[in-house]
Amino acid sequence: MEGFKTLLYKECLRFWKVGFQTVLSPVLTAVLYLLIFGHVLEDHVQPYPGVSYTAFLVPGLVMMTVLQNAFANSSSSLIQSKITGNIVFVLLPPISYREFYAAYVIASVLRGVACGVGVLLVSLPFAALSLAEPGWVMAFTLIGGAFLGSLGVIAGIWADKFDQLAAFQNFLIMPLTMLSGVFYSIHSLPAFWQGVSHFNPFFFMIDGFRYGFFGVSDVSPWVSIGVVSVCFVVLAVITLQMLARGYKLRA
Amino acid sequence: MNPAIRVAGVTKRFRSLQALAGVDLEVAQGEFFGLLGPNGAGKTTLISCLAGLARPDSGTLEVMGRDVVRDYRAARMALGVVPQELVFDPFFSVREMLRIQSGYFGIRNNDDWIDEILHNLDLTGKAGANMRMLSGGMKRRALVAQALVHRPPVIVLDEPTAGVDVELRHGLWQFIRKLNQDGHTIVLTTHYLEEAESLCGRIAMLKAGRVVALDTTANLLQRFATHTLKLRLAAPVSLPPPFSARILSQEGAELLLGFDHYDDVGHLLAGLRAAGGEITDMALGKPDMEQVFVGIMNQN
Ligand SMILES: Nc1ncnc2c1ncn2[C@@H]1O[C@H](COP(=O)(O)OP(=O)(O)O)[C@@H](O)[C@H]1O
Ligand SMILES: [Mg+2]
Repeated sequence: MEGFKTLLYKECLRFWKVGFQTVLSPVLTAVLYLLIFGHVLEDHVQPYPGVSYTAFLVPGLVMMTVLQNAFANSSSSLIQSKITGNIVFVLLPPISYREFYAAYVIASVLRGVACGVGVLLVSLPFAALSLAEPGWVMAFTLIGGAFLGSLGVIAGIWADKFDQLAAFQNFLIMPLTMLSGVFYSIHSLPAFWQGVSHFNPFFFMIDGFRYGFFGVSDVSPWVSIGVVSVCFVVLAVITLQMLARGYKLRA
Repeated sequence: MNPAIRVAGVTKRFRSLQALAGVDLEVAQGEFFGLLGPNGAGKTTLISCLAGLARPDSGTLEVMGRDVVRDYRAARMALGVVPQELVFDPFFSVREMLRIQSGYFGIRNNDDWIDEILHNLDLTGKAGANMRMLSGGMKRRALVAQALVHRPPVIVLDEPTAGVDVELRHGLWQFIRKLNQDGHTIVLTTHYLEEAESLCGRIAMLKAGRVVALDTTANLLQRFATHTLKLRLAAPVSLPPPFSARILSQEGAELLLGFDHYDDVGHLLAGLRAAGGEITDMALGKPDMEQVFVGIMNQN
């Protein structure tokens, strides 16, 4: 247990020490989205009755920030350790692959939460937010963050170079989060694109998360939590298999 | 008593390259053991298999009687590895890094031991410095410190003196010797053969993934090395028998002769004079590990 706790602590310390870059900068990015899109679209779009566009946008941006930063944390930590070679320091001690997995994923969730809370706090003056069902907010944060943290573990272990990781981030994570209904309700999309959205797990994360605030969503939060949980479990199993085999970590 | 290290039938292949081709090795507790071999012989690969950083294709490895795969926790608790590469984590100071490493091994509040290690490695003044700020030699010693946080009974050092200056090397060996006297088993790979000769009680030589020699240092020297007499002559001569049998190498007017007893030197010189050789320079050499190494590597 001590080994796991120390690895978790070290992973948190790692991002916290450079918090300017790992927490403040993503918060700033999200707030810029909020100011620009909110300002431009506030008077033109009303996704749900009684919910202003800016208010609608905030939970989406919060969740998008949680997800992107959860991914960034485990993936960048692992690839840095691999490239600098200091990954041996966590491979030499008696830490099991399950402990290894848990430490990296939990640290990712914590970084995601730190960033998400930052976005939420800074957005409060701009939008009147309710918190209809906080339990859903918590549940989607944790499972969504763990899903992305796990994906980050895979990407960080798979990638041999920083540009491979950047490709993973730019061609997979960014489009999937951006096209998941952060900026719009999928009901405003043509039927075809609505259908496509239902194959994007990020859509369910954002939609379920938003339900926690407004008590309204595009699909039932129970469906969303089901989809997201199944996706997480499948990904966790794949990641644990990779770690158990020592893929790219133990030659 | 279990051996400190037991390696049995270990093979490891990287694609078409057979890095380890069936290695058997036992190191008893308390030994100071040398693992020598040219670059690419498989030394680091063997250490990686022992440390769980690589998985052997076949064979088994044990540290203090604990299988490194089945009983990896106990095996890793018993093993401290100083890696060959000068790796470090740029996020942390020396002390932070040592505390974290202690935690990985399940040890809290390790500061007394950490202070002692830092003192012995002459790093006390650098405890608060970021790892990035250390010189190469300091980083190397920090790596040694890192391998010792959990007081492992078996310590493996993979070329620990590469790039470390002479003075620091002495300090490092003094400390490692002390650890060995305190009962730690030491396994060392190095390119400095005189280091291995003066430190190691037993030596294994590896070539192309195979153990080609394994004996006490004294026996290896006795079997494969002789005293030498190096001569430069005014002009090349050809030595008649029985002296010609003593020639180890001859390059023009430079002659390297082997002999077993100092009494032989007189006869050799007399023989040389009789053959018309005029000596312009002369040096005596003791049997050393370099001769052993070159001899064994050429044989195999
Ligand atoms: N991860 C790896 N992938 C492919 N080849 C490797 C790997 N590690 C080592 N090798 C090869 O295995 C051989 C043995 O290497 P190594 O154990 O590092 O030798 P030594 O430490 O004795 O110099 C070398 O030919 C090396 O190129
Ligand atoms: Mg090596």
